[in-house]
Amino acid sequence: MIDIVGTLRRAWQQLIAHIDFPLFFITLAIMGVGLATVNSATWDSNHRMLSQAGNMGIAVVVMWFVSRLPPQKLMNFAIPLYVFGIILLIAVFLFGITVNGAKRWLSLGFTRIQPSEIMKIAMPLMLAWYFQKYEAALKLKHYLISALLLFIPFTLIAKQPDLGTALLVGSAGFYVIFFAGLPWKVIAGLLVAVGSAAPIFWGMLHDYQRKRILTLIDPTTDPLGSGYHIIQSTIAIGSGGAFGKGYLNGTQTHLEFIPEKHTDFIFAVYSEEWGLLGNVLLLFLYTLLIGRGMMIASGAPTLFSRLLAGAITLGFFTYAFINMGMVSGILPVVGVPLPFMSYGGTAMVILFLGIGMLMSIQTHRMLVKK
Amino acid sequence: MSHFTNPEADVDRFRFRLGFAAIFVLLAFGVLLGRFVWLQVIQHDFYQTRAEDNRIALIPIVPNRGVITDRNGVVLAHNYSAFTLEITPSQAGQLEATIDALAEIIDIQPKDRKRFKRLLDEAKNFESIPIRTRLSDTEVAKFAAHRYRFPGVEVKARLFRQYPLGAIASHAIGYIGRITERDLKWIEESERQANYKGTDHVGKTGLEQHYEFELHGETGYEEVEIDAGGRALRSLKRIPPVSGNNLALTLDAKLQQITEQAFGDRKGSLVAIDPQTGGILALVSTPTYDPNLFVDGITPDNWKELNEHPDKPMVNRAINGAYPPGSTFKPFMALAALEMGKRTPSQAISDPGYYNFGNHQFRDDKKGGHGMVDMYKSIVHSCDTYYYILANDMGIDNISRFMGQFGLGQRTGIDLGKDDAGESKGVLPSQAWKKQRFKKPEQQKWYAGETISIGIGQGYNAYTPIQLAQATATLANNGVMFRPHLVRYLVDTRTGEKRPVEPKPIRDLQLKQSNVDVIRRAMVGVNKEGTGARAFAGAPYESAGKTGTAQVFSLKGAQYKESSTKKELRDHALFIAYAPADNPKIALAVLVENGGFGAVSAAPIARMVIDYYLLGKLPGGAAKEDPAAIEEGHEE
Repeated sequence: MIDIVGTLRRAWQQLIAHIDFPLFFITLAIMGVGLATVNSATWDSNHRMLSQAGNMGIAVVVMWFVSRLPPQKLMNFAIPLYVFGIILLIAVFLFGITVNGAKRWLSLGFTRIQPSEIMKIAMPLMLAWYFQKYEAALKLKHYLISALLLFIPFTLIAKQPDLGTALLVGSAGFYVIFFAGLPWKVIAGLLVAVGSAAPIFWGMLHDYQRKRILTLIDPTTDPLGSGYHIIQSTIAIGSGGAFGKGYLNGTQTHLEFIPEKHTDFIFAVYSEEWGLLGNVLLLFLYTLLIGRGMMIASGAPTLFSRLLAGAITLGFFTYAFINMGMVSGILPVVGVPLPFMSYGGTAMVILFLGIGMLMSIQTHRMLVKK
Repeated sequence: MSHFTNPEADVDRFRFRLGFAAIFVLLAFGVLLGRFVWLQVIQHDFYQTRAEDNRIALIPIVPNRGVITDRNGVVLAHNYSAFTLEITPSQAGQLEATIDALAEIIDIQPKDRKRFKRLLDEAKNFESIPIRTRLSDTEVAKFAAHRYRFPGVEVKARLFRQYPLGAIASHAIGYIGRITERDLKWIEESERQANYKGTDHVGKTGLEQHYEFELHGETGYEEVEIDAGGRALRSLKRIPPVSGNNLALTLDAKLQQITEQAFGDRKGSLVAIDPQTGGILALVSTPTYDPNLFVDGITPDNWKELNEHPDKPMVNRAINGAYPPGSTFKPFMALAALEMGKRTPSQAISDPGYYNFGNHQFRDDKKGGHGMVDMYKSIVHSCDTYYYILANDMGIDNISRFMGQFGLGQRTGIDLGKDDAGESKGVLPSQAWKKQRFKKPEQQKWYAGETISIGIGQGYNAYTPIQLAQATATLANNGVMFRPHLVRYLVDTRTGEKRPVEPKPIRDLQLKQSNVDVIRRAMVGVNKEGTGARAFAGAPYESAGKTGTAQVFSLKGAQYKESSTKKELRDHALFIAYAPADNPKIALAVLVENGGFGAVSAAPIARMVIDYYLLGKLPGGAAKEDPAAIEEGHEE
């Protein structure tokens, strides 16, 4: 009997060998909050909540597999995944399905996929690999090439048009370049250039994108369209007050005032029912998540793993910040889900790919040092 | 890790930047926190008021759909106000019980309940949902007497679409129906979701669908304060809707009606075009259906009957029926020969009544042949042998190229349906077409023998009536081709401004006038002394025409006898015409399915249509078949 217990214990230890528990529990906490909120948002039937729980299960399994791959193995995926992603993006450009005026999906017959999602992970992976390769003698040339590697998928996604995802992919890549040591002077120059090119950029935007930005400035100009989203989600947050209306008691939510309430606007549902207190808790959880990610990045032994961990972590920050910013009315409405909270299988899996990579970097650290 | 240049410095720099990022993250979250404090603490009372005590509901106000009128202002589609019985779910309490109680005083069918349930799923709590539409005055009065018993139930006036002429021109006008999943996708792809809030009907076919976004108008809205229970308290602001644009058609409703009557109970199609603009004067496809059946959701019984009827009333034969043109193809063949220099008008052949090609004999309809046949006679008496030989001389790709210029085998781009895809292309045979059409290599090859029957409008040839009408109009207009269209102008209901649909010449075929004149003289001859003479006897105007008969059933060597062939295997009758011959005002193509000879059943319809259009002459009822015309007609 003792032997069996011992075997089980060893098996268990083997099973959890590459799980980083601080990271795992923080994520679980956010997911728990998310699941409860999805339940409130889709109170009429529990179909969505169960399906979301299933998504989380799948995502955790993906995380477990990825965490067991040593970073050297992850490096091997960099080029294939990047090239694969670019090919799919070109395929979308050529044969994509148009929905809502945007060409974002590829049909596989039985289902359809959104290749730009792959790029959210492939982009930082590729650039981290690239900088690792030229680590010894990093020159301006390498920054230019990395910018090109970033620019290609960014343009393809922006052209779909899907500015939200393009910015996320672009920022993920930029973080790598930033951590790799892009000179401050260049960063300052870029900021000035972007600022002065804003009018040109404005001209390149699609009508609906411009409308969203204008709506942000004055939501009442389009009360039936996208302005409605902002007006209603702001009312939901504001009326939540300091302590919220209580779980399942959000009137904005349950009288159907909040659009997309289980996906992009789930934060409004949460914020209405849990108030400022709940928001502070959620910001705290995200801060812990980002803090843990940064700790892992800081202790990572190789340039590749440092850059990857840093970029993934800042990626989580970007998603959370943009989403909460747009729902509370300080950023334009772009299609960015709230990480670990919003309903949706693909996004969940991609997020946990990132978590898995962080865990891999953390738990293989000692092995590398040896 | 031996190739590190300066690992310590690298790590330090990385950590410095990480720290920088951490500060940035904290600052950004600080901004969010500030925003939350602003919304949830400082502005809380304001939002509390907006959300808790008085929620503001935006209630869309659906605009009036544009009216469709014919060229003389006759109304073809309009809206009328009718009373509906509506329930506001949040105020009505037990819905099932309420409906059961209502059913005791007002007739409520199971289909009404079904529709209510469906709408309930889609609607918001504070919106009222119709349980019965089109209440009679008695029913309104009855309910008024019992009103106190039904909180949350009220009689409302809503607008309904109506087609006053019923089945007349239904294939052109189309109809509207409830928005389905598919329509919703279309609306979303056009980025118009916001404008369709509150709208529950959308154009499904015909003009109603093609001009959906013109007809719909701009949705207005009312800001209403509602309390926590969803009850409306008071109106804050009202932005009125803007009615949709009206359509004024080129179609002549009376002409359309006369034409449909002329068909009687025969299946077929007629398209009449003003050759100088491309404006469609009549677009007939029989049998027709009553579009009013669809407006309020068609009943399953009616739907089944329309859909499963063997005569297929729902099919718009004018743009979706593809038929061999038969001998109506011959004037175009003759013109091709002149334009390409393959024939002169006077060049004659000797017709023995057949043409041998390889080991196959192509027969003429007239036994013993027509004797010496020049171009004029070949059209007037519709000599097949002349065109067998001509087709062989020209070759399939020359024929195909020439006919393609007339728009045959291509979508005309008529303003019906959602997009061009709703129109059939027909088949303009060519070597390339055959290669694409068939899979097996032995089927892909074009055989020279196949060209022969193309010359008399048989074989793979298949064109829609609208293509034939457009080609005839182009011929009548000396080679200047217009896009056929039904809308003459749109009227902006706000400003009253008319926005005309300019006649768009698609192309000028650059035909030689003397060649066109040869064909015109021959087609005038058809109606004076040829196969169309009986139908046009005594006409006070000069008209140009050509009869045609299209084989439905291949007769292997046997002589075709109309009386001995089953009705559905009888040939299709065709006729193309334009008039007056020297200054054409109307060009048309008629097709009577299983009508037998063109001279017998198609030409008399054409005569009626032209008589009314040019002379205002009113016929009585259906065009009579003219069996005596077989004497001339057999020569087709």
